[in-house]
Amino acid sequence: MKRIPPMPTIAARHRARRVYTLSTGAVVAALVVVAAGCGSSSSSSPGQAAQAGHKGGTFTILANAGFGQADPAQNYTAEEWQLLIDTHDGLTGFAKVNGTAGNKIVPDLATSIPVPTNGGKTYVFHIRRGIKFSNGQTLKPSDFVKTFERQFTVPGPTSFYSGIVGASKCSTKGCNLSKGVVANDSAYTLTINLTAPDPELMDQLALPFAFAVPASTSPKLTGNNVPPGTGPYMWQSYNPNTESVLVRNPYFHVWNAAAQPAGYPDKIVEKYGLQVSDEVTQVLNGGANEVYDNDPIPSDQLSTLNSPQYAGQVHVNTLLADYYYALNTRRPPFNNLQARQAINYAANRTAYVKIFGGPSLAVPTCQVLPPGFPSYSPYCPYTSGTGHTKWTAPDLAKAKQLVQQSGTAGMKVVVDATTDQVGKALAEQMVSDLNSIGYKASTQLLSSSVQYNFVQNSSNSGKWNVAYSQWFQDYPAASDFLNVLLGCGTIHPNSDASPNIAAFCQQNIESQINQAEADATTNPPEAARLWTQIDQEDTNAAPWVDMFNPKQIDVLSKNVHGYKWNPVWNIMIDQLWLS
Amino acid sequence: MATLLEQVEVDTGLRPAIAGPNPWALAARRLWRNRIAMASLVLFLLIVVLCLAAPLYAHDVAHVDPFLPNLNGHTVVNGKVVPVMQRGGGVLKLGETPIGPTWDPSHYFLGADSTGRDAAALLLYGGRSSLLIGIGSAVLCCLAATVIALIAGFFGGVTDSLLSRLMDVIWAFPVFLLAICIGTELLTHTNGFQFGPLHVDASSLWLPTLIIAFIYIPYVYRPVRGQVLSVVNKEFVEASTAQGAGNLRLIFSEILPNVVSTVIVLLPLMIATTILTEAALSFLGVGVQPPNVSWGTIIQDGTDLVYTRPWVTIAPGLMILLTVLSLNVLGDGVRDALDPRAKLRVEG
Repeated sequence: MKRIPPMPTIAARHRARRVYTLSTGAVVAALVVVAAGCGSSSSSSPGQAAQAGHKGGTFTILANAGFGQADPAQNYTAEEWQLLIDTHDGLTGFAKVNGTAGNKIVPDLATSIPVPTNGGKTYVFHIRRGIKFSNGQTLKPSDFVKTFERQFTVPGPTSFYSGIVGASKCSTKGCNLSKGVVANDSAYTLTINLTAPDPELMDQLALPFAFAVPASTSPKLTGNNVPPGTGPYMWQSYNPNTESVLVRNPYFHVWNAAAQPAGYPDKIVEKYGLQVSDEVTQVLNGGANEVYDNDPIPSDQLSTLNSPQYAGQVHVNTLLADYYYALNTRRPPFNNLQARQAINYAANRTAYVKIFGGPSLAVPTCQVLPPGFPSYSPYCPYTSGTGHTKWTAPDLAKAKQLVQQSGTAGMKVVVDATTDQVGKALAEQMVSDLNSIGYKASTQLLSSSVQYNFVQNSSNSGKWNVAYSQWFQDYPAASDFLNVLLGCGTIHPNSDASPNIAAFCQQNIESQINQAEADATTNPPEAARLWTQIDQEDTNAAPWVDMFNPKQIDVLSKNVHGYKWNPVWNIMIDQLWLS
Repeated sequence: MATLLEQVEVDTGLRPAIAGPNPWALAARRLWRNRIAMASLVLFLLIVVLCLAAPLYAHDVAHVDPFLPNLNGHTVVNGKVVPVMQRGGGVLKLGETPIGPTWDPSHYFLGADSTGRDAAALLLYGGRSSLLIGIGSAVLCCLAATVIALIAGFFGGVTDSLLSRLMDVIWAFPVFLLAICIGTELLTHTNGFQFGPLHVDASSLWLPTLIIAFIYIPYVYRPVRGQVLSVVNKEFVEASTAQGAGNLRLIFSEILPNVVSTVIVLLPLMIATTILTEAALSFLGVGVQPPNVSWGTIIQDGTDLVYTRPWVTIAPGLMILLTVLSLNVLGDGVRDALDPRAKLRVEG
């Protein structure tokens, strides 16, 4: 997904991250998950006693802009997702705990994680009883039928659930999933039938698209009105120009603290419209509690945050994400393998890291999978020196030699990037790198709101050669990078939703992707090995210039306590308390 | 201006022509005596000369390529070699801060921008772009507006109505909104301007020049058309018509010389306006495109450094201020020189 995520686009991908340092707190949290995530429906949890003393107050977040349409069936931004996880629930959820334990799938509105039957194509969920939506309606299994049908009747990213039986016939005009999502309101069960086994279904059901809404919800886009949910908070209002207000859901009770604990603040307010520099100043001065974590903090203020007086208020976490340049494999010069490898050798990744804020905020990389991700194994063939696991410096001699061998020297190259400070500076550095090995490069800067769609659409492929982009995990599965971004199946001609921007498709790698997905349920270790191999083969084929893996900064006011960072959802807003 | 009778007397030789003082020479003399206007002219010319000397400064004094990022580079401050980009301190070590002003012309005089480029060299190169676009678009705008105003005012009737309504339509759009719309369209969808065989690349300075010239045409058209209308029915035009002069001769020999002073008065003021517009559009990302720089793009780049490295933003801002101020004062001086009655009216 894009760096600045307020524009809801079909192909935009949600920003989600993960910490790979397992802290003591994470170990404790993991134990909580193990204890609470085994299907128990207890209404108490180890954290509840501690919670009682910290409850209360209004937690105020400052964000530069709103997040577009608020309908959870459409919105694909971290900004709303960080709030939606406090107001809604799905059948499953990522454990709302600190550290790597947050990657674990736990049952949420379902009593347990079901074992698939019918060759991995059928899942029977037992739905918890006695849960109410914030409007007082009791949650029933049939509510999920409408929830899934809305994935198709509301224009939005529907690919996650397209494997449900009947989904292929759904459109924005109508959808009937009576055979794919079968509800039994008397037995409180929900059966999901798939057309083919999907090892990532449990992850996908934990995403906000699949969060339960009442069956009475309109099948059409609800705009800025968020349908009622079952979480500890409910939406009081959302105005993309002013603020979002979340208040306590009077019908909420804890059923699985790992999936949905009670929150601490009585009210969560997110205000829009300030410059990020003003947000930082206001939060440091105690006028608000958090700078929205995806608002890019000006480099000026980064040096302010280094001051020891803010040490307890600033938190830096590694994101499971890539900042990269996609190389247009449809046209010269980068339809040539040697040309693609040449720019990979020439790319000055130290400079890219400095543009993003230095080594404290980014780590150079050559490969697709980020460190800490499942199947990740360090690999970097595009570096000077003999080591092939870590990037150290560009190898210009090798790059120039490859350009000569490719016969592409002197060709014109257009670098497409965004107009924001980071995008522009990265583009200028890429132009410099390309020119240094004999190309005639120029920039094409587009507004962030149009650039991502522009480069995805094949009708524009004749207008650029190198496209700046970013990708943040949706959920911790290697396919979320390697298949979604570089698989043949994600090239959709003439569509703004074609995440394989490079249009890279190699049949031998595609076969391995299919094999890895098939092995994921039957032979997970083999699947993991295959994903590692695919990552290295993709890196060798060089459809991208991978620049760096970013880190994220959370800036909080002094009176905020209990900071937790979840690898999927990032900062856990409702788990912070105010003094 | 001679009456018809006097003109006939002169033409027929019944009365000798009296050689009066050349009005342009009179205007030049009045302008020369206006010390504030002349000081402004000198200031403006100084800025122009400084900006024209940008390559000399970059190559022979600072020894830098101002268009190349220099994130890993080093420079010399007080005899010590230091990195151009300095890593943040403290425990977190967040951010990379460019070097600040050294006040040494040969080593990052005004410091570096966020990609390690010499801010002083960029400032001078940026000035070249800003002045070129400002002057170019103002001249193009005045030329186009004058031609349209001459046609509308001279032919009148349907022609005047059509052209005036067209100008009204353009005028109805807020200038910046119109410029942003055109700029975004040309940069995003067409990657430049294409009209028949004419192609203007998206990165060309011609693109913002043409956009800015276009949006200001109605602002010059209106006063010039008014002037044309006031002249078109004068006796000397009727006399020329009576002598068999064609439309082209009437427009260019009789009317144009009588409205050109209005255009000359407007020109420096338009240059000041277009320089400001260019800066604003470039600041918003729809003006000058990389690798070119202008004062507007430098200010935009400097906004993230406004606390720690304010000179990256202040210097181009100051240059814009001085340039626009000098042009406005000069424009007032030119107006006073060409239309002394206006000054008398003001003073009276």
